[in-house]
Amino acid sequence: MTETLVIDTTARAADTPDTPQPYRELGLADDEYARVREILGRRPTDAELAMYSVMWSEHCSYKSSKKHLRYFGETTTPEMKAKMLAGIGENAGVVDIGDGWAVTFKVESHNHPSYVEPYQGAATGVGGIVRDILAMGARPLAVADALRFGPADAPDTRRVLPGVVAGVAGYGNCLGLPNIGGEVVFDASYAGNPLVNAMCVGAMRTEDLHLAFASGTGNKIILFGARTGLDGIGGVSVLASDTFSGDESAGGRKKLPSVQVGDPFTEKVLIECCLELFAKKLVVGIQDLGGAGLSCATSELAAAGDGGMHIELDRVPLRATGMTPAEILSSESQERMCAVVEPSKVDEFMAICRKWDVIATEIGEVTDGEHLVITWHGETVVDVPPRTVAHQGPVYDRPVVRPSTQDTLQASGTAGLARPSSPEEIHETLLRVISSPNQAAKDFVTEQYDRYVRGNTVLAQPADSGLIRIDENTGRGVAVSTDCNARFVYLDPYLGTQLALAESYRNVATSGATPLAVTNCLNFGAPTDPGVMWQFEQAVHGLADGCAQLGIPVTGGNVSFFNQTGETAILPTPVVGVLGVVDDVRRRIPTGIGAEAGETLLLLGETHDELDGSAWAQVVHDHLGGRPPKVDLERERLLAEILVAGSRDGMISAAHDLSDGGLAQTLVETMLVGQCGARVVLDEDADPFVQLFSESSGRVLVAVPRTEELRFTEMCTARGLPWRKSGVVDPESDSLEIQGLTTFPLAELREAWEGTLPKLFA
Amino acid sequence: MKIGVITFPGTLDDVDAARAARYADAEAVSLWHADEDLHGVDAVIVPGGFSYGDYLRCGAIARFAPVMTSVIEAAGKGMPVLGICNGFQILCEAGLLPGALVRNKNLHFVCRDQWLRVENTTTAWTSRYDAGAEILIPLKSGEGGYVADQSTLDELEGDGRVVFRYVGENPNGSRNDIAGVTSKNGRVVGLMPHPEHAIDALTGPSDDGLGIFYSAVDALTAA
Repeated sequence: MTETLVIDTTARAADTPDTPQPYRELGLADDEYARVREILGRRPTDAELAMYSVMWSEHCSYKSSKKHLRYFGETTTPEMKAKMLAGIGENAGVVDIGDGWAVTFKVESHNHPSYVEPYQGAATGVGGIVRDILAMGARPLAVADALRFGPADAPDTRRVLPGVVAGVAGYGNCLGLPNIGGEVVFDASYAGNPLVNAMCVGAMRTEDLHLAFASGTGNKIILFGARTGLDGIGGVSVLASDTFSGDESAGGRKKLPSVQVGDPFTEKVLIECCLELFAKKLVVGIQDLGGAGLSCATSELAAAGDGGMHIELDRVPLRATGMTPAEILSSESQERMCAVVEPSKVDEFMAICRKWDVIATEIGEVTDGEHLVITWHGETVVDVPPRTVAHQGPVYDRPVVRPSTQDTLQASGTAGLARPSSPEEIHETLLRVISSPNQAAKDFVTEQYDRYVRGNTVLAQPADSGLIRIDENTGRGVAVSTDCNARFVYLDPYLGTQLALAESYRNVATSGATPLAVTNCLNFGAPTDPGVMWQFEQAVHGLADGCAQLGIPVTGGNVSFFNQTGETAILPTPVVGVLGVVDDVRRRIPTGIGAEAGETLLLLGETHDELDGSAWAQVVHDHLGGRPPKVDLERERLLAEILVAGSRDGMISAAHDLSDGGLAQTLVETMLVGQCGARVVLDEDADPFVQLFSESSGRVLVAVPRTEELRFTEMCTARGLPWRKSGVVDPESDSLEIQGLTTFPLAELREAWEGTLPKLFA
Repeated sequence: MKIGVITFPGTLDDVDAARAARYADAEAVSLWHADEDLHGVDAVIVPGGFSYGDYLRCGAIARFAPVMTSVIEAAGKGMPVLGICNGFQILCEAGLLPGALVRNKNLHFVCRDQWLRVENTTTAWTSRYDAGAEILIPLKSGEGGYVADQSTLDELEGDGRVVFRYVGENPNGSRNDIAGVTSKNGRVVGLMPHPEHAIDALTGPSDDGLGIFYSAVDALTAA
């Protein structure tokens, strides 16, 4: 069938200006197509049209979000940038953590593929983010996954969740990367639209930072890793359909599923191969091949360099026959990297690839022109200024309108809902909340992930943040956390996003680390909906303003739009990731109480009657309305400083933050993790229900050795941090006693907390 | 005292095994799968991971790597060899240990802190433990169910060649709760749980795994 393949060259395009092109099917608007013609001074070839359409897509060009994302740059001061070695626009942000170490981290969404094909969608999500980290010159060190699913008892969740979890596990475990954190959240709004946000953290010596650019005329472009196949080219098949002979069935290969298939073994070998190439200084620039494949890698490498590049596309090793240039450029086959290498180092480069059995092919070189020229058996199929492809896509100024329903939503708080008051009611409510799918233990999920590999994991789920050792000699390490309570964001996108930031920041500090930098993964509905754009704008501003107040920069991020089913968007879900540094991981603060004899429980921060959007409102009343808890970022900063100081001076033996589920949830978790009982004393002058279930921000429960109690509380008082003695740890006890109210045997709590997910999914 | 640690493409826990050897005051020597030379090591660890992707059957391809030819030969002469997880699977495939490992009974990959009982303290890798000692070691595998035919199981039990047994709930469906076994001469040991992840309470659930590596050093010193 390949004999009838007609290659659409630039010469042919110039000769046939009026050939109709399926640009709309490829997602380009009329004016966008007109602009491509204007840039090129002719109609684009099939291959060029494939490149522009995919690179100008929402996913690659951020055309709806760009206008708003600029706000991150505008609010980042020089002081905030002081520790940033690379920021937004690179494959991943890079932060200087001291002692000559640089750490890079990023979160990326793989939502839609994970709904279509949960296992491969999630697996390739992990694979993609790991290559982003690798492309910075770093060794990937750990992963974490923020997951959102439809209702836990919905039949489709039983299809999606096990597949996603097995995909994350199957790929990540095989790469040898510990999975150290993440989230699992259920909400009806994610039923047709699960969220799979994959995070990866990597580290390198600061001098080894690699940025993606192609410069130096004559330098070679080497494609290495897996062969290029038909994965993920669904959209582009409209181009080729009319270039094949009439029999449509001959194009059966084009009916491959649109989700890419991952091969973690190939990626593991590719990682080790790349790290050896970096160590031997054989790479000038490097880029991973992810979304938009070679279209993206070649245009971005060329655009970030001097502009000129020549690629001989027919040299690309293929795993399918009869692929067209447009298909090769659009293929999203996994486990591929593209490197720029000096000619004198090509032999050594190739030798290392052979050692690792990695296929490597010289596919072109950097030229002194300003065009990216791609040829196919000697004929030119692409001749474009690369920046017009990679960076000069359209920018939309979408309408932004606060939904008219927002006032009603905020007015319908929890004030009128029945609250438990008797000890029996509170007892029953606590068990009901901690056994609800969102509040229950996530061991069913995290037990499928390897948390130990490479031997540097110091804290992992269910700790507040994951903590990994970077330097075995000094003990320097980093903590990461991802958080987002989308119910709060829905009630108030600006404050809700600041609450997500506050929680992530607090989680990092709760392990004893100093927060340093922020990344994000902004999951929203359709940008064509002015209400969604309002949520988005508010979220961006909330996050940027919050980061400015905390003095830590946003180093990168990812936007995922169109997360909706029909007209119904998901709850706005701006997942916020915070990275912190700890100079010696041996002083980490664990989550479970009971490690030291004689601990006092102290509640740091203040509790208000804040139950709108809470876990209690959801579990007991299936209610979402009102206003989220107040945010006080100055308080969060003070709290973090106290936690870090307390950890440095050995004053804190355990700590766990308060978030969804309030004090009740935190007590249960810290006791079950520590396998230790406690006696809790509530404030007699305040409502016990509010004290146990309020979700006021800025609070952490700490256990301090009795010998350190006075020193620690004096420090809190001196620095103006409210604290309250909330009870004592009792290693002899096997229950949670809330004095004067009720008592829970630990076994009862464990059954409630740990039993739920296995019952639903095992 | 040199302990070799093999790296196949897809091996993951080689750095951990090497660290554990160092913690036990041995010198860790990297051995590459394509290299037949054992570089003068006194013992060998076949670490965990997914050698060659384990797409065919766990350990089935690694067993044919050039380095394994040398390991099989050296084991025949009494060299202490330890297979952990994928390494255990490889030693079974190589015929150095009896039986095979199959998919966990719940079909999921399982990563958890697992109590084991040390049933045999006379092997080259377990002499540092008290008989019947219970140790806490991470288990992390998708195909950790130990199986063998009845006569082999009877022989293993009869000869005391079950080295480690799971305590409490059987995590993967292993016959007779078997977590690890040894060769007839007690020099080759394979187990599914990962002692190299339990050498420091900072990064593991305990340091109970160190005894395995110290035992090997003892065995070599005594020799």
